[in-house]
Amino acid sequence: MHNLTIAELIKGLQSKEFSSVELTQHFLDRIATMNPGYNALITVTADQALRDAAEADRRLAAGNAPALCGVPMLHKDIFCTSGVRTSCGSKMLDNFIPPYNATVVENFEQAGAVVLGKTNMDEFAMGSSNETSFYGPVQNPWDTDCVPGGSSGGSAAAVAARLAPGATATDTGGSIRQPAALCGITGLKPTYGRVSRWGMIAFASSLDQGGPMARTAEDCAIMLSCMASFDEKDSTSIDQEVPDYSATLSKDVQGLRVGVPAEYFSEGLNPGTEKAVRAALAELEAQGAEIIDISLPNTGLSVPAYYVIAPAEASANLSRFDGVKYGYRCEDPKDLQDLYTRTRAEGFGEEVQRRILIGTYCLSAGYYDAYYGKAQQVRKLIQQDFERAFATVDVIMGPTCPTPAFKFGSKGDDPVAMYLEDIYTIATNLAGLPGMSVPCGMVDNKPVGLQIIGNYFDEARILNIAHQYQQATDWHNQAPEGVTS
Amino acid sequence: MSWETVIGLEVHVQLATKTKIFSGASTAFGAEPNTQACAIDLAMPGTLPVLNKQAVHYAVMFGLAIDAEIGKESAFERKNYFYPDLPKGYQTTQLEKPIVGRGNVEIQLADGRTKNVRIHHAHLEEDAGKSLHDGDFRHGVSGIDLNRAGTALIEIVSEPDMSNAEEAIAFAKKLHSIVTSIGICDGEMSQGSMRFDVNVSVRPTGATELGTRTETKNLNSFKFMEEAIVKEVERQVDLIEDGGTVVQETRLYNGDTKVARSMRSKEEANDYRYFPCPDLLPVIVTDETIEELRRNLPELPDARQARFVQQYGLLDYDAGVIGSDAGTSAYFETAAEKSGNAKLAANWTMGELAARLNNEDLSIANSPVSAEQLGGLMTRIADNSISGKMAKEVFEGIWAGEGSADEIIEARGLKQVSDSGALEQMVADVLAANQAMVDDYINTDESKRKKKLGGFMGQIMKVSKGQANPQQVNQILANKLNELL
Repeated sequence: MHNLTIAELIKGLQSKEFSSVELTQHFLDRIATMNPGYNALITVTADQALRDAAEADRRLAAGNAPALCGVPMLHKDIFCTSGVRTSCGSKMLDNFIPPYNATVVENFEQAGAVVLGKTNMDEFAMGSSNETSFYGPVQNPWDTDCVPGGSSGGSAAAVAARLAPGATATDTGGSIRQPAALCGITGLKPTYGRVSRWGMIAFASSLDQGGPMARTAEDCAIMLSCMASFDEKDSTSIDQEVPDYSATLSKDVQGLRVGVPAEYFSEGLNPGTEKAVRAALAELEAQGAEIIDISLPNTGLSVPAYYVIAPAEASANLSRFDGVKYGYRCEDPKDLQDLYTRTRAEGFGEEVQRRILIGTYCLSAGYYDAYYGKAQQVRKLIQQDFERAFATVDVIMGPTCPTPAFKFGSKGDDPVAMYLEDIYTIATNLAGLPGMSVPCGMVDNKPVGLQIIGNYFDEARILNIAHQYQQATDWHNQAPEGVTS
Repeated sequence: MSWETVIGLEVHVQLATKTKIFSGASTAFGAEPNTQACAIDLAMPGTLPVLNKQAVHYAVMFGLAIDAEIGKESAFERKNYFYPDLPKGYQTTQLEKPIVGRGNVEIQLADGRTKNVRIHHAHLEEDAGKSLHDGDFRHGVSGIDLNRAGTALIEIVSEPDMSNAEEAIAFAKKLHSIVTSIGICDGEMSQGSMRFDVNVSVRPTGATELGTRTETKNLNSFKFMEEAIVKEVERQVDLIEDGGTVVQETRLYNGDTKVARSMRSKEEANDYRYFPCPDLLPVIVTDETIEELRRNLPELPDARQARFVQQYGLLDYDAGVIGSDAGTSAYFETAAEKSGNAKLAANWTMGELAARLNNEDLSIANSPVSAEQLGGLMTRIADNSISGKMAKEVFEGIWAGEGSADEIIEARGLKQVSDSGALEQMVADVLAANQAMVDDYINTDESKRKKKLGGFMGQIMKVSKGQANPQQVNQILANKLNELL
């Protein structure tokens, strides 16, 4: 059952080939056996999952079941789940049980999905390797000496290891697409404002966006149709109808104009990765797409601009974790200053503290214009790059990240090398565009991701292209050793 | 050397919205601590602000009331600092693009002059919670009450256009009058609905450069504000005359102990690291909205005072006293309409009623004597049913809840005797019973006789139990005694 896609599971459940309880128990068993190795889940909600599965079976039997009724899912531990610990990968929130659901969680609940647990992640989504989690690193199912990527490494590894057919994730600078690429699965970061941020613990509010991770584009379409919504509780959510993303998957790509930016094939790109991406482009060309060379001249500025804007926002977003109201509090504070200092020094990990310091510095009197002000100008330029490009092409494609999965600790001492991991993904967050990663090859027996960037609210089109690509290729069906049996 | 004072005010006005500026929690005053703070007010992870439309409208109404430029696109920023009663670790406020731009407030001074005070701008922001320190809460422990956290405020910033305490108080009272008249604030100073920060500096008379200023924060009564200004001016002049210099600092004034002290110097001031709040979109106010609010703007105090003079024939002074307060104005108008005697209604509203309310520390909204009841009392004074002295007794009865004026007059048998036949008989009886007094009157020099009338009046009032109409008795008595001459 764990080899079936979400689309297949829905059919199986509705035709009563298996029950949701059987399915849920099957995945829970896999998690119990395999997760101790991968460390992809922080919390397993077995009892609740089985109760929800039983309820789903009743609804399936009654014949009025909603779209995802009885389908097991995982939530990244950044989404607040009412009554279930939501840690955000941090010691700071190790004891935090929210009394409310994120809108994303609510949407899946409404659709009848069964939540198996919460996935591991870089602390407060700050990281590209899942090594900053308070709960320890996640292993990449393809090579357990390698990182799964981050920050949604737990979701990506869990889906790759088939501990669940799909998982929610978030992407601030590449946190869906990069781990999807490194774990050989399919992941989509929607347009900023498409998925509600209510109940999604903020890292960088103007960049954060939730999205689905699954093994196929078709499954991502099913998940996004449920996940996306206009939400009055999120002022940046956009009031636009959510299309049925599944309905447009079968259109062909004849005449599709694919822009390929020279800057995405720069120095530092692994030759094997480049070869796989070029092969994917050739496949789409064979299907009738037109490949057009383009330029996104300000791409090189995206990483520095991002590492001003994201930490600046984070420095304010994380101020609420002060030991006063909830979460970690240091022992025996001797005064207020001591409470703040030790709570935050003990409760936050090194990378989080680094980014708070960077952000605080960038916003400080006398530095604001040189850093934050300048970064906002760069952000505008990057948006304009994309606007110009989308005047002549329908989508933009390139690699998701420069290399396949790297070994644990290999970039740990060099934050800048780690930050460059997101060089191809960050610009879309700065522009607020949707982006997707689709498996497109293997290098050294590790997966490579093809990135598809669409225009605003063009999720249906990029899902359609990804689906057409997956109809003709087999990379998304590849599985790490030992997970299919 | 002679000195001149320069004063500017920053005024925090709590808007009378039912719910908070960014959440649905109630703003009602006086609830149990922390019972009116929802997840958003507590800055729980993942929660997001949604702007209260009514707060925006109230701010625009204030702008219209002071003839200010309205910011058609204003924006919220985050002001970062740590304090336990600031749950997010930043205050959401406006800085670069406030909702209300430059405007003007005209103040009336005791000597009849008027003066214009320029408003630099007014912006929307959220209030913080309250810290309850040792003694306010529990010995040795500080408590936090977040009921007030997130209450909608406008902060009104004046230019330094005031040159003494009288002008500052007149300005503060005029603002109070405006915001209560247009109904955007309840004006309850004792509940902190308006709080004043006073910037004071002194300079040699005629100097063009401003002296170093201090800011005395959080004054919540006109009296304390006046005391604080007088003391601060004195302190600064003394300091400079003794060869010292004024240090830029924030000060606190304790109205109970009459002691002012330094809170923090400029060096200790926070770097607030303002930056645009990414959770909120720019606030767009359309021309249609502005025009609609302008059409429906309640009467302003200046217009109302002019109307009271014209419509009710009040003296300018009386119209000023009554017309400056929205509640008093409404009360007066009801009493005047009900009794048909505006002069009496004005005198009683400003006199007996105001004194009594003041004694009991009650606002006119909570007056035990309703405007209708006062009007009923005025009716009976005007038609001579009761004397002024009886009216005070009836007023006390109404205050004590004994019913309407007519009910109390009836119950206590207070009806004034105005029947001339009965009064003639009464006078005749008293004269007959006091022959010695009559003789004395006749024998007294004509110029001194008038003084003797009082003795007869006392007797008649005694006989009539105070119910004889004094004007009528006077007339009858004079006539009868003259007949005897």
